Amino acid sequence: MLPWYRKWSEENPINVLRTIILFATPGAALFVAGLIIIGGYPYATETLQTGPRGIAMGVTKYESALETPDPTIAAYTSAAPIIPQAGEPLAGEVYPLAGPLADLTVQNYDRLVGQMRQWTGIPDLMAEDNYQTQVAWEMIGMTRTLNEFWGDHVNISGEAGVNCYTCHRGQAVPSDIWFRIDPMLQASAGWPSIQNFATSMTVSTSLPHDALQAYLVDGELINVHDLEPRVENLPGDPLIQQTERTYSLMNHVANSLGVNCTYCHNSRAFYDGAQVTPQWATAALGIQMVIELNNEYLLPLQELLPDYRLGPKYADAPKAACATCHKGAQRPLNGMDMISDWPELATSEAPIYE
Amino acid sequence: MIEYQNIFTQVQVQGPPEMGMDNENLIAEERAGDPGNSTWIGILGNAQIGPVYLGYLGVLSIATGFLWFFIVGMNMLAQVGYSLPTFLQQLFWLALEPPGPEWGLRIPPLNQGGWYIIASFFLLVSVLAWWARTYLLAIQLKMGTHVAWAFASAIWLFLVLGLFRPVLMGQWSEAVPYGIFPHLDWTTAFSIRYGNLYYNPFHCLSIVFLYGSALLFAMHGGTILAVARLGGDREIEQIVDRGTASERAALFWRWTMGFNATMESIHRWAWWFAVLTPITGGIGILLTGTVVDNWFLWAVEHNFAPTYEEAYGYEAYTVNGE
Repeated sequence: MLPWYRKWSEENPINVLRTIILFATPGAALFVAGLIIIGGYPYATETLQTGPRGIAMGVTKYESALETPDPTIAAYTSAAPIIPQAGEPLAGEVYPLAGPLADLTVQNYDRLVGQMRQWTGIPDLMAEDNYQTQVAWEMIGMTRTLNEFWGDHVNISGEAGVNCYTCHRGQAVPSDIWFRIDPMLQASAGWPSIQNFATSMTVSTSLPHDALQAYLVDGELINVHDLEPRVENLPGDPLIQQTERTYSLMNHVANSLGVNCTYCHNSRAFYDGAQVTPQWATAALGIQMVIELNNEYLLPLQELLPDYRLGPKYADAPKAACATCHKGAQRPLNGMDMISDWPELATSEAPIYE
Repeated sequence: MIEYQNIFTQVQVQGPPEMGMDNENLIAEERAGDPGNSTWIGILGNAQIGPVYLGYLGVLSIATGFLWFFIVGMNMLAQVGYSLPTFLQQLFWLALEPPGPEWGLRIPPLNQGGWYIIASFFLLVSVLAWWARTYLLAIQLKMGTHVAWAFASAIWLFLVLGLFRPVLMGQWSEAVPYGIFPHLDWTTAFSIRYGNLYYNPFHCLSIVFLYGSALLFAMHGGTILAVARLGGDREIEQIVDRGTASERAALFWRWTMGFNATMESIHRWAWWFAVLTPITGGIGILLTGTVVDNWFLWAVEHNFAPTYEEAYGYEAYTVNGE
């Protein structure tokens, strides 16, 4: 059958393997391209522009990540305030452990403490005189300070405020707290000993791991540049060491907020106040806020907390940083209103019910 | 016929070892090692391994180089308490760091950068001994010393980073740490501290020559391979005795871009592009922090940093947060 075909085949031998590779490779590529065209690109990204075009100022995120909501947002519970009537009994008369909430009406106290137990996952909170209750008293003060004096940070993009859930998210100990760990390296001292080790504090970089302590507790000035093209370097001026430590802090900030450098800076001139976004000022304020929280409220908890809640190296109290509230989001809980229902947490003075 | 080509040598020559020449410099005397053939090495280049001319300088260079490597490695191991698993896990993060700025140009205790100074000394001896070796071997073989001077240009950058600039700044802490990620962190921090190295014109030049070297390498390698079957691989003869390969290669480029290098000049192009990469880079590093402290502001002063008029912040580019 078909003698002409057999004759042609014999005269024109074909390397079958090579033919398969030659056609299968572009064929497979075409198939994958077709799948992507029909099904959509699986790793599509979305970019939020943050500055003048053409200079790569943007925050790029995977669409799939944007579509996956934080489960702790849906798990949040709240309760509307109950406007007090004259002659209602006060919590302090009924509950001996009411602490800073003693002036609330019993109804509002029950409402708030009930939610606090939910938010922190501690069922006997303020029911027993234990360290958790004593810490809660301190933390109520901290929350009130945040809402009362740091509105320029916590309410900067709409009424959001802060309550226990902002950090706790149902956990007795909030996630993303930190302890002092420097120096991680042995057999060395000084500058060589506080870096070059992958830790969660440095977001797995080899940058200095004492950055949070230096900038969020000790309040060291964040300052790495000279503001003139040519200046005389004087002793005490910032050097590469300060730059690396700042870079370590900035890695923490960026990862805590799920953003990159260009969310706040024009990266060609990091320091230049004329080339930063409004978010830079919010972040700078946030750093001051965290310094106050750590020094005024969190470090003193060392005396109240049991040993197993303290840091592994210095037995220091757990401290806050950007991630403690933000947990990877530009606005914690995507800017959900955490305060309108809770006038008791909004001010250190008598709550205003409306 | 289609021929499948790759970067590997397809024709291997394996025979009795080629011992090379001797001359009145008695260069055969110090040749060491029993030469042999390796098929795998032959895929990449010449199949013959050895003999090696080691000499005093070679021994010195390898010994001090190993000491540097050993000091760095043992410091890393000590930093993790001699735990091998942690050492392996953190290998890319660990480093031998220079002393802190508080030590200036003094020699600090061993655990605060003293080891760094000692290791750096051995590295310096090692590199310089290797340089002298490339120079002297070229002399003994009655070659030009082009390779040694090209290597010297890289040593210039190495010395600027580790010796000249730290001395000018008055601090060993300005030197580069010996570690995989730490030296990259140093590079970024160096750029940021001095106001963005991309505005340093010598950094620009260095990049031009670096990328230019890669481009020239690809153009030259491509050209010679393309005319190899016409005898183009006999490049050196064709410098003085142009054959059809040389003619075609020249025509190809002249017709493509109006200009062509010659069989000789292409090698000068390549040598100078490669050599100028670290020379210009070293100048740029040497000026940073010593003469210029903020390269972005320097660029503003010299009118080559553009200004952008549009607003900063995502609010200007979004409607209702969308």
